[in-house]
Amino acid sequence: MMLTRRTFPGFAALFSFPLAWVLLLLIVPYGIMISVSFWTRQFPLFYPDFQFGNYALIFSDPQYTTVILRTLKIALIVTVCALLLGYPLAYFLVFTIRSAALRNALYMLVIVPLWVSYLLRAYTWKIILGTDGALNSLLVSTGIVDAPLDIFLYNQTAMVITLVYIFVPFMVMPLFTVLDNIPQRLIEASEDLGVGPFMTFWKVIFPLSLGGVIAGATMTFCLSFGDFVAPVLVGGPDGTMVANLLQTQFGAALNWPLGSALATLVLALVLVLLQISTRLDRAGHIDLA
Amino acid sequence: MRSLRWWQKGMVGVSLGVLAFLYLPIVMLVMFSFNDSKVTSFPLAGFTLHWYEAFLANGTMLRAFWNSLVVAVFATALSVAIGVTAALALDRYEFPGKRLFQNAILLPLSLPGIVTGIAMLNFYKQIGIPQSLTAVVIGHATALLGVVVSQVMTRLAKINRRQFEASADLGATPVETFRRVTLPSIRSSIIGSALLCFTLSFDEIPVTYFLTGREVTLPIYIYSTLRRGITPEINAIGTVIVAASFILIILSVTLLRERDQS
Repeated sequence: MMLTRRTFPGFAALFSFPLAWVLLLLIVPYGIMISVSFWTRQFPLFYPDFQFGNYALIFSDPQYTTVILRTLKIALIVTVCALLLGYPLAYFLVFTIRSAALRNALYMLVIVPLWVSYLLRAYTWKIILGTDGALNSLLVSTGIVDAPLDIFLYNQTAMVITLVYIFVPFMVMPLFTVLDNIPQRLIEASEDLGVGPFMTFWKVIFPLSLGGVIAGATMTFCLSFGDFVAPVLVGGPDGTMVANLLQTQFGAALNWPLGSALATLVLALVLVLLQISTRLDRAGHIDLA
Repeated sequence: MRSLRWWQKGMVGVSLGVLAFLYLPIVMLVMFSFNDSKVTSFPLAGFTLHWYEAFLANGTMLRAFWNSLVVAVFATALSVAIGVTAALALDRYEFPGKRLFQNAILLPLSLPGIVTGIAMLNFYKQIGIPQSLTAVVIGHATALLGVVVSQVMTRLAKINRRQFEASADLGATPVETFRRVTLPSIRSSIIGSALLCFTLSFDEIPVTYFLTGREVTLPIYIYSTLRRGITPEINAIGTVIVAASFILIILSVTLLRERDQS
């Protein structure tokens, strides 16, 4: 009886369905995208091929390298800013707020914007920073400037502000989790040994929170690197990012092989970063054990 | 409360600033949706419901809104059905390629959506699935599987396995064990991830952008409207979405809390 129950054949059949789904609709598509990146285009058609021309073009044409370097720079600045804003917030929630109920309520407040439309969160910066926008009208009505400035929108600063705004909660989540899991005993022990609060933070709390820093930074970097919406809404010509290049190859430029090559590069970058992040995190754990 | 050092006070200051930063834009959006002016500037020009009337009269926008609802409902249902089965399979069986399978499911969550969108577009074109809302539903369901799988697997890892053995020893069939033991213990993670899937699908742009045909979803409609310029109508629909999100969040938090207590 036991045996027949355990080997109930319907079970294996049932579980092969999600396996097949993921293989066919997720793994195969990524594979096909990678293979198309080696194809040749002869306008307006594409031919199955195996050549590295698309990659050679991306790495040699300044039109592409400039945008890729700029995207790397913006994603890096966004990650650093999000960390500088997210870390104090997570620290404040965990160590300054004494009441668990209040702490959870405030943590919810940080997470809630993630549930509120991502598109709308990017869009609000357009209404704040625009020439007819809220910031300009405040500056004019308080007499700080005479006429609305058009320097706030459509540039890299606007991109950074918008992306930091969108991704800060992604930074706070893992930081909150690691900080919240630091045993109170360790902090008390450090204080009992006569270590001041700053050194306790620097020698005990901060090293123990590095796992969260790595997780949050990886997530923020990966997502802002390929962001699709902010460049279009607030970026302007100066804020063109990899996502815009990709979009053009699949639209106006009609060069799917080149677009697939760009997408494959983004995929590779993210995979490498995720791998490094897992390694670092694992190394950190061994250290603590 | 103990007295705080200057750097601790600084951290508190920055935190309160960040909290304000997180909500200021949302407050602006709501405020300008009731503002009686076409531009989003101060001082406010007076209270109006005009922008709400405008979007209720905008057939294209309402149609897009409806499409988004339909897509989100079907994508969530598919994602939960496949995700829960996948989580059970990953939890219960060892099979070749298991790690690849698990990483692939989780990949779309950390990969920029545009890459997943392009991968799917390439594939759908190859096998001849036309760009349509159906393609969008399949795409969303596949991309969001990771949400369900990670939530349900975390929950499954916490369950005492003896419960399943006890149930089997007492003569329950696998289906009965699933219905009466497994399902109740993972129910809250299923509800939570379903709500998250729904919200994410309702809001999704990159995958939708590449897979949709003539019929569009609300985010795509808003996105293409915004490329031409802004109208306060968007603030009104945005406020409705924000309000709906808040209701959903409060609902899910309350539901999950009651579930935990019972």
